[in-house]
Amino acid sequence: MTSDTSRILVDTAQRFFADRITPEALHRADAGEWLADVWAAADDLGLPLALVPEEAGGFGVDMVDALGLIRIAGAAAAPLPLAETMLASWLLAKAGLELIAGPASVAPVLADDRLELTREGRGWRLTGSAQRVPWGRVAAGIAVMAEHDGVPHVARIDAGGWTTENAANLAGEPRDTLRFDVRLDAATVAPVPDGIDGTALRAVGATMRSLALAGAIDRVLALTTHYAGERVQFGRTLGKFQAIQQSLAVLAGQAAAAGAAADAAAEAVAEGFRPLPIAAAKVRCGEAAGIAASIAHQVHGAIGFTQEHSLHHLTRRLWAWREEFGNEAVWNRIIGRHVAAAGADGLWPLVTAA
Amino acid sequence: MHSIVFPPPPVTARTEALRAEVRDFLKTELADRPPRLRADSWNGFDAGFSRKMGERGWIGMTWPKRYGGHERSALERYVVLEEVLAAGAPVAAHWIADRQSGPLLLKNGTEEQRQSILPRIAAGDCTFCIGMSEPDSGSDLAAVRTRAVPVQGVGGGGWRVNGTKLWTTYAHHAHYMILFCRTDGGTEDRQGGTSQFLVDLKTPGITIRPVLDMTGAHHFNEVVFEDALLPDDALIGQRGEGWAQVMGELAYERSGPERFLSSMTLLTELVRALGDAPSDHAAMAVGRLTAHLLVLRRLSRSVAGMLENGGNPALQAALVKDLGALFEQEIPEIARQLVEAEPDLQATREFSAVLAKLVMNAPSFSLRGGTREILRGIIARGLGLR
Repeated sequence: MTSDTSRILVDTAQRFFADRITPEALHRADAGEWLADVWAAADDLGLPLALVPEEAGGFGVDMVDALGLIRIAGAAAAPLPLAETMLASWLLAKAGLELIAGPASVAPVLADDRLELTREGRGWRLTGSAQRVPWGRVAAGIAVMAEHDGVPHVARIDAGGWTTENAANLAGEPRDTLRFDVRLDAATVAPVPDGIDGTALRAVGATMRSLALAGAIDRVLALTTHYAGERVQFGRTLGKFQAIQQSLAVLAGQAAAAGAAADAAAEAVAEGFRPLPIAAAKVRCGEAAGIAASIAHQVHGAIGFTQEHSLHHLTRRLWAWREEFGNEAVWNRIIGRHVAAAGADGLWPLVTAA
Repeated sequence: MHSIVFPPPPVTARTEALRAEVRDFLKTELADRPPRLRADSWNGFDAGFSRKMGERGWIGMTWPKRYGGHERSALERYVVLEEVLAAGAPVAAHWIADRQSGPLLLKNGTEEQRQSILPRIAAGDCTFCIGMSEPDSGSDLAAVRTRAVPVQGVGGGGWRVNGTKLWTTYAHHAHYMILFCRTDGGTEDRQGGTSQFLVDLKTPGITIRPVLDMTGAHHFNEVVFEDALLPDDALIGQRGEGWAQVMGELAYERSGPERFLSSMTLLTELVRALGDAPSDHAAMAVGRLTAHLLVLRRLSRSVAGMLENGGNPALQAALVKDLGALFEQEIPEIARQLVEAEPDLQATREFSAVLAKLVMNAPSFSLRGGTREILRGIIARGLGLR
């Protein structure tokens, strides 16, 4: 149930992103600048704490509503580690560890990357490397997930505890390789309860990217519809041509599907990681992202393909985010294996119970 | 422009007992129904099955008890619908009446029409067909030329009907038709001057001729009216309000589980054919289809929730139907790339027969109930482009 606190948080976020993620801010971020001032303002509003329970310093908003912030940030193409900081804070709070002050991220994000956590005296040592860590270079700390004796643990690593090799996604957002070889105090490492492990971490990450994609697709639909209503060719606006109307209707369908898929994933996370809706959301939003970007560029014509037009801030993120926390190849296979295990006569019951 | 909102579907935990009850019933009733017949989906006709559905109280579920209904929620009805459709049960004998004609009579019919017809529908004893399309009026419904003219007769007033209806599904088994035709003005008046009538198909002057589809099956008919006389009280709702009444019907017709489950039998048989250790490629293809199915079901249930709350989700319904038809149509194209089996209606192998049926029926999925182009036009209007 959406509470007053939730509503206030959503309203605040909507105003914040509309005011602060200006074309100028997006161009600064594109040029490689870290928007420290905009992040500080987001931090002041408490947005990064949205997933943290009240007793750990959050505001105790409903998890589905808190995850909804990422959709709003996605619609704004916000070049900020909001999802990552929310995720790191949630994980640290779950493990009962102190939160990171400032922008944060999580590692590892790739299923094949493993970090070694070993005992060292009364403390620990973390070694290994993690690729494609979102916003690694600007993070004040990383929440690392690693197993020790088969038990998933979370470790809080403060900046200075890793070396960075810069890399970026198609939207130019930092996706860095971090190398760890660091001694950790006992107080910065703890086992994670509630069965949360690396798989669960990637599932929440996939849900967050699904929500961001859904928000960005909605915004792409709005921009493209607006453009079609303004641009005149052959003596009428583009939107008066049936061919364009039919294309925009397809885009609207993809936006609806992505939105519903992402909503279902957020609920599935809040209700204890039901895997199918999460997997379905990532693949459905990923598929919608490609179709949406293609139609948006076709309708915008050459101007939409330029650096100066704002469309690419969204479309490059659509192409980037659909790959992160598992692309369609990863999640489709997971769903397919579930279905094969359920068998032909178990397919429909699997769908209704998902 | 506002984004098109699909609210979260209502929570349905309390409907799960009903779901189990329906599954038990279907397991027994459909035990001998092979996949190739289940693949007929809502075109499968079995009057005996429909009567059993009526006995269970699963027709007219949401209608008032005084008309034979059961006063259950739209969500309980949704559960029954999706279960029977997913199982490929033969629902055609009651389907149109339950989904469309009954609700129309409930909303716009006379008290006498309601009392005489609705209890029979709810009992699974009364089959309806819909007389909308004509030879020269397909997507352009407002171009209908069939005309009902008021007449004075011996026993009082009435209507004389002349014209031809086409693509009338199961007219040859139906007891009644809901006729959409012109009562005033001409085709130049477009939507104006149209009305709806309750037509007893035993009325003299009505000829029903089969129109076989390309699989050789007989679902469609041509229904010709030649001076057919209808009683005065055959009029449904208001004279001249036919268009508005029909549009109200269509929101119900476009968003239900029938709009994405038409190929469910093939998807099920595909999973069976691939076995418990499919290749990565096959697992990914089935995974993708399952993801689409989950999302379509959520969208459709969201619309059901809006209808339950008295909303008018005509735009959302058009979106669900457009996406659903794409999904239903791509299943045969994907299935044939994963399994080496030639589609053949006569094949002994069920997969081949089911595939054949779906390959050949798929074109109709984006035609019936509003073509893809009409739906996208509605969506474009919702976006403010028209």
